[in-house]
Amino acid sequence: MSSQTAALRAHNYIDAAAGAEIQLSNVSKNFGSHAVLKDLNLVVRPGEFLAIVGRSGCGKSTLLRLIAGLDQADSGDIKVNGQPAQKNAQQIRVMFQDARLLPWKRVLQNVGIGARGDWQAKALSALADVGLNARANEWPSVLSGGQKQRVALARALMSHPQVLLLDEPLGALDALTRLEMQKLIERVWLRQRFTAILITHDVTEAVTLADRIVVLEDRVVSLIRSVEHARPRALGNPELGKIEAQILERLLDAKG
Amino acid sequence: MFKTSYRRDLLPWLVPGCILVAWQATAQLGFIPARILPAPTQVLSAALKLVRSGEIFRHIGVSSLRALAGLLVGGSIGFVFGLLNGLSRTSDRLLNSTFQMVRNVPHLALIPLCILWFGIDEGSKVFLVAFGVFFPIYLNTYHGIQNVDPGLIEMGRVYGLSGYQLFRDILFPAAVPSILVGVRYALGIMWLTLIVAETVSASSGIGYMTMTAREFLQTDIIVLGILIYALLGKLADVSTLFLEQRWLAWHPAFQKTA
Repeated sequence: MSSQTAALRAHNYIDAAAGAEIQLSNVSKNFGSHAVLKDLNLVVRPGEFLAIVGRSGCGKSTLLRLIAGLDQADSGDIKVNGQPAQKNAQQIRVMFQDARLLPWKRVLQNVGIGARGDWQAKALSALADVGLNARANEWPSVLSGGQKQRVALARALMSHPQVLLLDEPLGALDALTRLEMQKLIERVWLRQRFTAILITHDVTEAVTLADRIVVLEDRVVSLIRSVEHARPRALGNPELGKIEAQILERLLDAKG
Repeated sequence: MFKTSYRRDLLPWLVPGCILVAWQATAQLGFIPARILPAPTQVLSAALKLVRSGEIFRHIGVSSLRALAGLLVGGSIGFVFGLLNGLSRTSDRLLNSTFQMVRNVPHLALIPLCILWFGIDEGSKVFLVAFGVFFPIYLNTYHGIQNVDPGLIEMGRVYGLSGYQLFRDILFPAAVPSILVGVRYALGIMWLTLIVAETVSASSGIGYMTMTAREFLQTDIIVLGILIYALLGKLADVSTLFLEQRWLAWHPAFQKTA
């Protein structure tokens, strides 16, 4: 196992150029008088798959929105490849909990949204990556929830971004579709090696996908746990189960 | 298969057909004097007479032209202000409350004033129709733009859309269903306004035709005028349905189930 991990990491290192490094230093965010994040520090390595878990309302979605540049931090610094996030806007893509496809555009046009020049071929190959190239000319309304999220994934990946932010994108899917989507996301990540940040409340999902798991609690990072197992990770692996239990315990303790 | 679809197509015509038969029968049997309500056949012969003299086409032409001119003027002004106030907060704050205030004036109450301003020719009718259709189109465009799913706008921004592109790809298409509802309302108001305006004062048009017929007790022509209004109204409705099917093909409500 360890040699495989080492090989993967070496691979990771070589391809690191594909992913961007994200640095958060002393980031704080308030909503009114309520502090959501306070002096948060975190470095996400280039090409890393990071999962952020925490109770609902712990600020994990806020953190993601700050990195995406959708909201502004009240204080502190967020840098992507050493530059403010706004300067890298085209390198950062977000997958939301809902697919947010435009119902008045065909699937292919949805994938190519905002793209310039000769985008059709790229959009089609992105759709092929998620196995939906046969549905390119359909309206989004005829797709199932899982298929819509796959289109959203293709849309996010079409421009080969350096950062993919995943805001609980699988939260609304049924258990089986969810497992398939996890495999799909892992597969494209292994191929493209962007930096991925996954927000989730599903600890099993975090353990299955992430290189490192960050527990967000009480407005700061309370635990960072590396998961160095080889991919794809088998369901029911006892060692992964142990990590999962450890994180869950941590989250449950946080209540008391 | 063919038989059931045939039957389904005919079903909506069943009730009107029965009414027509009953109407003809009561008139024929002398239950209702022709002065009160002429038989359908009498209305038909009046129509044929007017068709032969060409008079009917002149009246329909004049009325349709007034209706369309008013719709075009009032509709485009309503559309532009709807977009403006939906998109710009400043313009919204400046103008919306005024529009809402004026909206509560029944526009037909302006007829006496209109006659004083524009006389009884085209100007007054076009003005009244334009005034009437302005509000449904304004309101529905405004609400359509304001109620666009903020999640889609945010997604658009993540994908680098802004300004005109954001409008073209997200804001406007999202507002189209609501705008078409406004157009449908506007078409109803358009005919209603025109009927009243033409009946009160005109020297041509369907309303004028029926009012002249009243003076000569030509009930058949009055009924014919009413039927023409009904047909024109239906035509307007069908054309919006056609637009909806064309422009809202993406909408689940307009997708033909396979």
